[in-house]
Amino acid sequence: MTKPTVAVHKFSSCDGCQLALINLGEPLLVLTQLVDILHFAEAGPLDEDAKVDIAIIEGSISASHDIERIKKIRDNSSYLITVGACATSGGIQALRNMADTKQWITGIYANPSVIDSLDNSSPIKDYVKVDLELWGCPINQRQIINAIRALLFGVMPVEEHDKICMECKRHQSVCVMVTKGEPCMGPVTRTGCGALCPSVGRDCFGCYGPAENPNTQAMANRLEGLGLVGDEVARRFLFINSGAEAFHQQGSRTKETD
Amino acid sequence: MFFRTDHLQQLLNTLSSKGYCCIGPQIRDGAIIYDEIHSTDQLPQGFSDQQVPGSYSLSQNSSLKFFDWANGPQAIKPHLFAAREKIWQSAQDADGKITFNTTEPEPRLIAIIGARACDIAAMKIQDQHFLEQEFVDPYYKIHRENLLLVAVNCSHPADTCFCYSTGDGPFVEDGADLVLTELDQGFLIDAHTEPGNKILEALTLENDTAEHLEQAASIKTNACKQKRSLPEFDIKKRLLSELKNGIWHDIATKCLSCGNCTSVCPTCFCHSEADVPELDGKSSTHYRQWDSCFSQGHSYIHGITIRSETSQRYRQWLTHKFASWHEQYGRSGCVGCGRCITWCPVGIDVTESLKNFEERRRG
Repeated sequence: MTKPTVAVHKFSSCDGCQLALINLGEPLLVLTQLVDILHFAEAGPLDEDAKVDIAIIEGSISASHDIERIKKIRDNSSYLITVGACATSGGIQALRNMADTKQWITGIYANPSVIDSLDNSSPIKDYVKVDLELWGCPINQRQIINAIRALLFGVMPVEEHDKICMECKRHQSVCVMVTKGEPCMGPVTRTGCGALCPSVGRDCFGCYGPAENPNTQAMANRLEGLGLVGDEVARRFLFINSGAEAFHQQGSRTKETD
Repeated sequence: MFFRTDHLQQLLNTLSSKGYCCIGPQIRDGAIIYDEIHSTDQLPQGFSDQQVPGSYSLSQNSSLKFFDWANGPQAIKPHLFAAREKIWQSAQDADGKITFNTTEPEPRLIAIIGARACDIAAMKIQDQHFLEQEFVDPYYKIHRENLLLVAVNCSHPADTCFCYSTGDGPFVEDGADLVLTELDQGFLIDAHTEPGNKILEALTLENDTAEHLEQAASIKTNACKQKRSLPEFDIKKRLLSELKNGIWHDIATKCLSCGNCTSVCPTCFCHSEADVPELDGKSSTHYRQWDSCFSQGHSYIHGITIRSETSQRYRQWLTHKFASWHEQYGRSGCVGCGRCITWCPVGIDVTESLKNFEERRRG
């Protein structure tokens, strides 16, 4: 019986999400028995144009040649999964979407004409249909294993979109916002990380993007109540996932009223 | 009987010698939490708490008392109704046959020291839910049957406490094995059960005096003076007749729908269940974990989310806790611990939410 096939493609990103796969350890050996990994440049296999059952996409669309590439990958794959903030919301580099990219390039590079950069850093879903999004900066091993396992079973994995607080409380972590007044983004941020930052006593900075039904305005009001000024509040939203709609809207709104 | 403060370690030693793992209050990350305890040095001696809506802090004073504070975020609930627990495991053998195996926890004797009247009232409600129904929850049952409770009467309720108005505190009536009242030099100690008596027999005790009893009475009088209370009107009737009131929307503009209130609530029992398969696909573990009526999944049925808006979720929480709960368990689901007020990141005060319904009507 032929095994399902997988390809891992990289766009504009730091490679951190691919490490969730490479650093799997023993499960990586199990995975290679279950699927054939045809393309995964960082790990070795190279076959960029391979037709696969599952394409895993890291990184955002940031340069003009990315657009053709992602369309081709979409045509070549049955399921397309985006992993991480870059592929799912445009990533930290989407901060440039709120600035004049051309002006920056001209100001930094001696020969700007050789730089091929789109005005915006965009999530994959802006260009092709995405079947499954895994949020996080970076994603973790548990998420990618759950996703691949579910697809191998022929089902979609359960979406994790509750607020971080739910997981934080299950861990019995003490709330850093209530005890220390930390500007924790947990109440509007999507779960999946295991409430990692609050478990070591620091505030969540929203790297998993917006949770379902996020009350970002109430969150912004609370952050102001904790002593943050308007620009600081805006930057809590406009950070790793500034391109995610709920965070983008709130950050922009807070900035305007500042 | 009177039990000197100098002898408090005897209590821990006696419990340990009888095979109990002692769970007691201690300071971690700026709050009083309950975890394994071996020495009275670990207790939060000389600490007091300051709690207001959305804020909790501790400060140290010159008092030598061990229990002069009101509750932190959790007490008994996580030890009986675990935040995440294995329910069963399934495995497929080489012939494709699937077997299901139970994962009931190993019985472990636990003694919780310092539980308060509100926690015990809440535990009795959880007992109703998990044990006193047609189908008994075996996981809760194992934890519950191996639990010994050393309760402490409250001396200094927080600003957020309102157990006096729900009738659940500040002093413990029943439900605990041992009950302590902390005085200046020691504790008044009473056993309420046979296991409690057995522990008591091993302690160095003295007869209590009229002065001791007077001190205890004065502590109780003071502990009954609480800043917050439930409104006087018929909450159940009022809430159920106000389902379309705009107040729900007003609260929702502030509510983060984050589930902190339900997670710290000692009576909330909602949970979700999910399977976590091994990567090789040959075995799987079924877990249950704390859920909340503030999550989307709580009202998700067949492709429809019944309560997609925060106003609906908040209404669900309040109308269940204070109204429909009566039909299920013969009382309100609120024991007045005030945790949902303190640990709400935006400081929504449940007593104020309820009073809104009265004031608006008058206005």
